Amino acid sequence: MNKTANPIQIIGHITLASLAEIGRLSRFAGHAVASIALPPFYLRALLRQIWLIGYNSLPVVGLTALFTGAALAQQIFVGGSRFNAESVVPGVVVIAIVRELGPVLGGLMVAGRVSSAMAAELGTMRVTEQIDALVTLSTDPFKYLVVPRILAAVITLPALVLVANIIGVMGGYIIGTERLGLNSASYLKVTADFLEASDVVSSLVKAAVFGFIIALAGSYHGYYSRGGAQGVGRATTNAVVTAFILILLANLIITVLVFGDAQ
Amino acid sequence: MTPKIELRGVSKAFGRKLVLKDVNLSIAAGQSLVIIGGSGTGKSVTIKSILGLLTPDSGQILIDGKDMTRASRRDRKAFLADIGMLFQGAALFDSLPVWQNVAFGLIEGKRLKKADAKEIAIEKLGRVGLGPDVAELHPAELSGGMQKRVGLARAIAGDPSIIFFDEPTTGLDPIMADVINDLIVECVRDLGATTLSITHDMASARKIADRIAMLYGGEIIWEGAKDSIDQSGNAYVDQFIHGRADGPIQMQVTDD
Ligand SMILES: Nc1ncnc2c1ncn2[C@@H]1O[C@H](COP(=O)(O)OP(=O)(O)OP(=O)(O)O)[C@@H](O)[C@H]1O
Ligand SMILES: [Mg+2]
Repeated sequence: MNKTANPIQIIGHITLASLAEIGRLSRFAGHAVASIALPPFYLRALLRQIWLIGYNSLPVVGLTALFTGAALAQQIFVGGSRFNAESVVPGVVVIAIVRELGPVLGGLMVAGRVSSAMAAELGTMRVTEQIDALVTLSTDPFKYLVVPRILAAVITLPALVLVANIIGVMGGYIIGTERLGLNSASYLKVTADFLEASDVVSSLVKAAVFGFIIALAGSYHGYYSRGGAQGVGRATTNAVVTAFILILLANLIITVLVFGDAQ
Repeated sequence: MTPKIELRGVSKAFGRKLVLKDVNLSIAAGQSLVIIGGSGTGKSVTIKSILGLLTPDSGQILIDGKDMTRASRRDRKAFLADIGMLFQGAALFDSLPVWQNVAFGLIEGKRLKKADAKEIAIEKLGRVGLGPDVAELHPAELSGGMQKRVGLARAIAGDPSIIFFDEPTTGLDPIMADVINDLIVECVRDLGATTLSITHDMASARKIADRIAMLYGGEIIWEGAKDSIDQSGNAYVDQFIHGRADGPIQMQVTDD
């Protein structure tokens, strides 16, 4: 290392390193997507991943949605009551949950669990030469390991987010009717009136994209990890950080594209 | 006759670190070559380059006269379908029971029916001295010696014509090491396979080799028939086979 490091040099170095990383990640994603269409297909591995991602994430995603929906209803009620507009609670809750909080919080929670687990598993397989062993046994590690994980996440996340949306709205409903004294029937009616099909569609599209990101980040960092246990630990952390940043970025892009020119 | 495996001028660097410098090797069909050499001299890198797990920076790797570094996907697949590899750390799949590890190449690679593959797996496990009860265990439940044996069973499961052994005896007690050596000799004899092994265990090398080559500083510095290794006239080889600390080979004890 140079003792008198020039700041411009450092910035240049970091920029180049990040660009190289983005390039490698994109190439990995391209390779994975290209491998999806070609046989052999590992159905059993796919089902196993759907089970691991979906079933095990359900409690944490459900609780997150429940508490968030409830807190949201409380806040909007307090804010709305200043203008005698308590009746906006159901509408704002459902829009906020379905358009943003359901997919984003669901995606982040699943990323914390799943990206790290994938990176740890594939990373261990890499450093113990199990991935090399796959190749010598005539099995493409991309098709056997990466594709089932990506497909499973893309399939499972929309289902999880759908459940999260429902539970999130329920959380608002429980607080709204039990604590804030809103009328149960009109709460449900306003919710239904406010919600549009396009909201649900965009929510599920976001979820699918986030699923792709979650599995991609986990697989990528695991697949290229090296340097023993320490390397696997680093891969796990990097997978979660990458997934978080890409999810938030993708969310922003999709939100701007879908809702950007609505009035 | 074309050699079964031939390396011509293979070089490989990681970053600025040149690991293999112009390695030339050739193994005739049915022969067993053992590469000896100190830790970190590039023995595993040599095998991984032949397998295509690493791409050499230059040089050719010929299998039955065909250059694998330029081979089509199909030729590469055909090559991989006909090899077996015992990894240094066994590299068993820890999510699968022992029999599925052994049968993996048969089920996923060669698309055999599970029941048929299991039968073959049990038979191969028997060949390496493991009973059917072991077949249902997971790799984590096995001792290091048993894992090596399972790795050996997996390497020979597809009746390959080329087998690679990366340090088959490291980390084993001398008796288990000898058991593994005997198994290797026996399996190779039965299959008539060509083998390339790596070791720094001289007892193992003497047992399984027809020919021995020594890798030092990224180059093959000596090669000859097994029996001629004691009269190699090469100071490096002499130092290595007698395990002496002083001689032309200077161990790097400090960090590089
Ligand atoms: N994928 C890799 N990336 C970077 N460097 C590597 C890689 N694989 C091997 N090396 C380096 O190449 C050198 C040779 O490694 P190799 O594994 O071939 O040694 P070896 O001869 O098999 O040693 P041992 O007897 O300890 O197994 C080492 O210095 C190692 O650090
Ligand atoms: Mg090695």
